[in-house]
Amino acid sequence: MSVRRVRFTFPEELIKEPLIYQLGHEFKVVTNVRMADVDEHTGWVVLELEGDAEEIERSIQWAQSKGVRIDPVVGDVVEG
Amino acid sequence: MSYARNLRCRECHREYPLAAIHVCEFCFGPLEVVYDYDAIRKVVSRERIEKGPASLWRYRDFLPCDAEQAIDIGAGFTPLIHAKNLGKVLGLPKLYLKNDTVNPTWSFKDRVVAVAATRARELGYEKLACASTGNLANSVSAHAAAAGMEAIVFIPHDLEANKQLGSSIYNPTLVKVRGNYDAVNRLCAELAGSHNWAFVNVNVRPYYSEGSKTLGFEVAEQLGWRAPDHCVVPIASGSLFVKIRKGFDELYKTGLIEEPKTRMSGAQAAGCSPVATAWKEGSMNFRPQRPNTIAKSLAIGNPADGYYSLVQLRDTNGACGCVTDEEIIQGMKLLAETEGIFAETAGGVTIASLKQLVEQGKIHPEETTVAFITGAGFKTVEPLAEALNPALEIDATMESFEEAYSALKPREAIA
Repeated sequence: MSVRRVRFTFPEELIKEPLIYQLGHEFKVVTNVRMADVDEHTGWVVLELEGDAEEIERSIQWAQSKGVRIDPVVGDVVEG
Repeated sequence: MSYARNLRCRECHREYPLAAIHVCEFCFGPLEVVYDYDAIRKVVSRERIEKGPASLWRYRDFLPCDAEQAIDIGAGFTPLIHAKNLGKVLGLPKLYLKNDTVNPTWSFKDRVVAVAATRARELGYEKLACASTGNLANSVSAHAAAAGMEAIVFIPHDLEANKQLGSSIYNPTLVKVRGNYDAVNRLCAELAGSHNWAFVNVNVRPYYSEGSKTLGFEVAEQLGWRAPDHCVVPIASGSLFVKIRKGFDELYKTGLIEEPKTRMSGAQAAGCSPVATAWKEGSMNFRPQRPNTIAKSLAIGNPADGYYSLVQLRDTNGACGCVTDEEIIQGMKLLAETEGIFAETAGGVTIASLKQLVEQGKIHPEETTVAFITGAGFKTVEPLAEALNPALEIDATMESFEEAYSALKPREAIA
């Protein structure tokens, strides 16, 4: 089992979608919301995803395919 | 010895020991080094600093590691230049340039890496790592070489050859990662969490970022122990921007300067401007961006200190420049042609933003203003290929020279 900490950023058209709920149903991944800020135009959620490493990766790919931007919780790691 | 006392979460203020950790376990807020300022005040003085080495280690009392064991390749104490020519062009008679292009690996990253590497070795690490598109990789490779540490450096697979060379010469393990920007970022974040390495801007980030304070210390000392009225600083992760101001504040806390009233203004490229865009929209919530700019050393779409940069812009009555790639090139040329300093694209962002903020009336002519030039121009020559005047090619005769020289058009007036 592994744990990944990620930040989901939702574009305006996805604000009303229950994507985190759907992710938990589609994949064997436990979602734990740790921080969030959502308004009518944009939203971000910091999540801990717990599960098999490959299953977590698949869930991330799925969320990305839905239009969610996914970043490391610490911000960009690659620097100039 | 160091006067660092512990780490503290910037959000919830929980305290942690001085270990290799960088986020709060409870709220994921960033951790920052806290010092015993009472103890520092008892030992520090202007004279003590002035007698120190001509490097960032003259500010040893304010750094989170033991300077006696420093990994020192000569970072810091770079020139502060009164930029009379550029100041005349921009209408800023009290304009200064902090020229950090002259660091050992030609960028300000030597400051942060010197501190991170020293602290990493104190913590028992033998391997120094980073993920970078240039300056950081160069500096980590050089410091690891000097320290006898192993360097593991991750770069995007399509990085230009000359940028690889600036790291390869120090013989690190250079890893080219295939994938787009986001994928490389996520992989490196995962690697940083799964290997027992000192990843300079991840698990030892609280120490790493403290190195940037030394720019603030130096500017204040070089101005005769006073903080400037206004600073213009390029924003990538935002850490440099925030820490320069922290440097002024620490000098004040320890009685070395008067209370700083410095306005802090930022500079970003339009092709990667999460902070500038949020600032323009009046929001304290930046939206991550996918970078697309020639200023690759500033191409951080999801800046770790983006929020704190916005807070600082607000709290210091600052402003934020946002300039196009064309303006960046013009900024590089303007700096070179007026002051003889060849800066990388990030320097072009700073100078173009400085010009923009003056034109917008955000910087006043009477302010003592310092612009921070953070990296040298030979690192980013590609965007200049089409922008510079060609050389005169002549036969080896007087006649040929005179013919070519007289055919030249008079130089266009600058600006």
